Amino acid sequence: MALEPIYHIKPEYTQLFINNEYVNSQSGKTFPTINPVTEEIICQVQEGGKQDIDLAVAAAKLSMKRKSAWRTLPAAARGKLMHNLSDLVERNINYVASLDCLDNGKPFKEVIGDIQFGLAVLRFYAGMTDKIEGRTMACNGTNKFSYTIYEPIGVVGAITPWNYPIMFALFKLSHALAAGCSVVLKPAEQTPLSAIYLGTLIKETGFPPGVVNIVPGYGPTAGAALSHHMDVNKITFTGSTEVGHLIQMASGQTNLKRVNLELGGKCPVIVCKSADLDKAAALAQEACFVNMGQACCALTRTFVHEDVYEDFVKKSRDLAIKAKSTCGDPFEEKTHYGPQIDKVQFDKILDYIQQGVKEGAKLECGGKSMFPKGYFIEPTVFSNVQDHMKIAQDEIFGPVQTIFKFSELDEAIDRANNTEYGLVSGVFTNDVNEAIHVSHALEAGQVWVNSYMAVDPLTPFGGYKKSGIGREFGTDGLLGFLEEKTVIYGNINM
Amino acid sequence: QSTWGQLGAIRLLEHLPLSTMVFSKDVEVKYTKLYINNQFVDSVKSGTFETLNPTTGKLLATVQEATSEDVDLAVRAAKAAFHRKAPWRTMDASERGRYLSKLADLIEENADDIASLECLDNGKPVESARGDVQFAVNCMRFFAGYCDKLNGKNVPSERNTVCITRCEPVGVVGAIVPWNYPFHLACLKLSPALAAGCTIVIKPSELTPLSALYLAHLCHTIGFPPGVVNVVPGFGDKAGQALVDHLDVNKLAFTGSTRVGRLIMKGSGESNLKRVTLELGGKSPCIVLNDVADADFDKTVALVHEASLINSGQCCIAGTRTYVQSGIYDRFVAKVKELAEKRVVGDPWDSTTVQGPQISEFQLNKIMDYIKSGVDEGATLLTGGKKIERSGYFVEPTVFTDVKANMKIAREEIFGPVQCIMKFDTIDEVIDMANDTTYGLGAGIFTHNLDHAIAIAQAVEAGTVYVNCYLEASPNTPFGGYKMSGIGREYGKYGIDAYLEKKTIVVKVAQTIS
Repeated sequence: MALEPIYHIKPEYTQLFINNEYVNSQSGKTFPTINPVTEEIICQVQEGGKQDIDLAVAAAKLSMKRKSAWRTLPAAARGKLMHNLSDLVERNINYVASLDCLDNGKPFKEVIGDIQFGLAVLRFYAGMTDKIEGRTMACNGTNKFSYTIYEPIGVVGAITPWNYPIMFALFKLSHALAAGCSVVLKPAEQTPLSAIYLGTLIKETGFPPGVVNIVPGYGPTAGAALSHHMDVNKITFTGSTEVGHLIQMASGQTNLKRVNLELGGKCPVIVCKSADLDKAAALAQEACFVNMGQACCALTRTFVHEDVYEDFVKKSRDLAIKAKSTCGDPFEEKTHYGPQIDKVQFDKILDYIQQGVKEGAKLECGGKSMFPKGYFIEPTVFSNVQDHMKIAQDEIFGPVQTIFKFSELDEAIDRANNTEYGLVSGVFTNDVNEAIHVSHALEAGQVWVNSYMAVDPLTPFGGYKKSGIGREFGTDGLLGFLEEKTVIYGNINM
Repeated sequence: QSTWGQLGAIRLLEHLPLSTMVFSKDVEVKYTKLYINNQFVDSVKSGTFETLNPTTGKLLATVQEATSEDVDLAVRAAKAAFHRKAPWRTMDASERGRYLSKLADLIEENADDIASLECLDNGKPVESARGDVQFAVNCMRFFAGYCDKLNGKNVPSERNTVCITRCEPVGVVGAIVPWNYPFHLACLKLSPALAAGCTIVIKPSELTPLSALYLAHLCHTIGFPPGVVNVVPGFGDKAGQALVDHLDVNKLAFTGSTRVGRLIMKGSGESNLKRVTLELGGKSPCIVLNDVADADFDKTVALVHEASLINSGQCCIAGTRTYVQSGIYDRFVAKVKELAEKRVVGDPWDSTTVQGPQISEFQLNKIMDYIKSGVDEGATLLTGGKKIERSGYFVEPTVFTDVKANMKIAREEIFGPVQCIMKFDTIDEVIDMANDTTYGLGAGIFTHNLDHAIAIAQAVEAGTVYVNCYLEASPNTPFGGYKMSGIGREYGKYGIDAYLEKKTIVVKVAQTIS
């Protein structure tokens, strides 16, 4: 099937999806979703609030009742539904991708990649539904017999961000559904359209009503209602560290719902003397500017060995200038970079850039906005950055690369680790010893050696420290969505 | 009502109603050549052999016969396809899973034809054959989902080393498949082998080569890289032996008789120590306790009756020794007699038929010899015992009572529809009686008493113990034998382990890693 953007796409669905039906919000309120390329309103979307969350959670809870259709569906059949859903998304890939393109502004081919990755995760977990094994074990004491069962944790609240809208929706659904849970999904208010559309595909695939519910709305209203709800057993959240704290607190204040958080990062990459410099410069920058810098795992702090520092900075500057020429309309073939998501982010990033200049970092290139309309910012490179600067410490979430110089490898490691974040790190080296030494010493959930965005459905992903709690992907990724029960038969009359 | 629905050995997903299926006696036999390196070819020596229809005794098809020259070609193709730079080795594991998933879908689309072919070649009721095919599909989908989940470990290590383990495919697999569940068992070897990343040479039984060759055609349609799947029908002492002896076969997976299983073990020792898994014979006990009289009595008798006679008795795990506790013995025997006499034996195309013919004249005569020995050694022939006068190789459902442990019919695997019933008093006694055998494949326990169920299940020496059911098979349930019923387990995660080799990688580093 040819991959073709749908240029003048009209979003077909703009309502809440509860119990396999599209419905208006209880309050009747709507909110606009904006096109970041034109700064215009795409359409109004029904705004979910506490009452809607209550209805959605009730539907999800009912679908999880003992003896319900969803609970008693054989595991292999559950997997087949997930496979069928992935085939259906794939058949509609042009439409889904165009929705995200319109709503988020990222290039069409990037969204295609996002969806394909989301489907790879969905298919990985579809194949796992009937492989969730408990165990048996010896028991101390005589006449006992014991085994464990993994059960679905229950109703899952999933809160997804605006930077990879459809992809994170697919990630969250994959884990929850494979484990046999039901879901209430609250997509980001900036980009609700693709998640809402998933509703019709879920219904067409044949998931029982109430298994997947979608409630677009705002964080402080719908999101908070979900994280405070007494009948939600687990929250899986991807978003800012600031909101991550709130969700963890809400769990403590309510029913101790299990929480897994994928938060921000200020991810370091260490470029060693032995590295292939052209490759390192290219990959390090791509890793920084990916998704217009709007990625939790963007490698935004680049530590370069003093012997190759000047060379590296020059290469990075040249690459960034070239990248600028590929900014433009995300529906067009030649575009590699789109706009930032909205005015709030746009202003924040420009503010950080000003701070960087003020604090004395060297602005190698970029630093300004582009085009008369749209939230476009030039790919920006700072060199001579010092660890104490704001641009060195805060997550900017924009296309801003900060390059630091180091002399000793251990120094670089310590400086890389000197952050409250710990999501991803990278190292460029050709030496076996260096690769192992550095990757084992970095305090990060994933370490990429000579690569970037090395994530795939098989490799566990998540943060150290304030970058999050828990791991997604891999065969253990489902553990967060399961409860283990031990059954012990005792006093067996042998 | 067919066997297919009864024992749950053969389960369909709810969305496949029987009424939409179309079986046909006239299904065309299209594939009779060897399948090597993605080509259908004649045998090197131009030899052929005949396969008969056991329902009619007539010739069904003439098939190319593989001998050692052909096996050698097939192994060479499989070895080339396994080279570390070949596409099958270098593609993503998830991609391998996609190949298997697509093959499962294609098999499902053609399931009615495959079932029809199987019914012609093997004689089992066509709905039962259809159940076999569906189970094969379900298992293939199960293993397809495992391809990208074969994890090793990073183990704690000392002395400045990093130590990881990898699970790698063991290599070229030789699979020797029997005639009692031809299609299902060919798939059961293929699925985990390919899921693990191996390549395979399948030798189906000379008595039932046709469905495996149809499978080859479907693999061809899917388009696996050449050499990944090869099918070489032929005889055990030629093609089979060639696989056992071959120095480039890394693993041999065999389902068949214990007698041949031992030859294969020997052959592994005499050649290259190829890894061997064996699913062999059985003389599995079903134990029925007194408390069954209080509830589900009829259901239990039916289950035990079916367990002993399933697939015309041609089932490795058939529950052929029935132990009935003395409190319910007389009532049980009377009911069993009734069921055996009611059992519908005949044309496998008729949907009321539960039992088709035996596979061959040779097997039929062997069964008759055992029946004669039962009578001669003093067991009571409760019902049956005679050949059925009609075309094909049919024998009556047969039940012996007053069977003593030392009788041939109590000790040896008959592989026919012959049930032996024995009486017992205490649980301790029956556990010992059940374990008094060189076999150890399955066992059935029928009781509602929790403690008895657990106690007997733990004490019986059998690879699979069924409680209040029999042959409840599913893709994740490990299956295999204790003692001379075999080595290794199939199905489930254990089923893939047999096709993997573990490699440990130890890397020395310059300094202590915290």
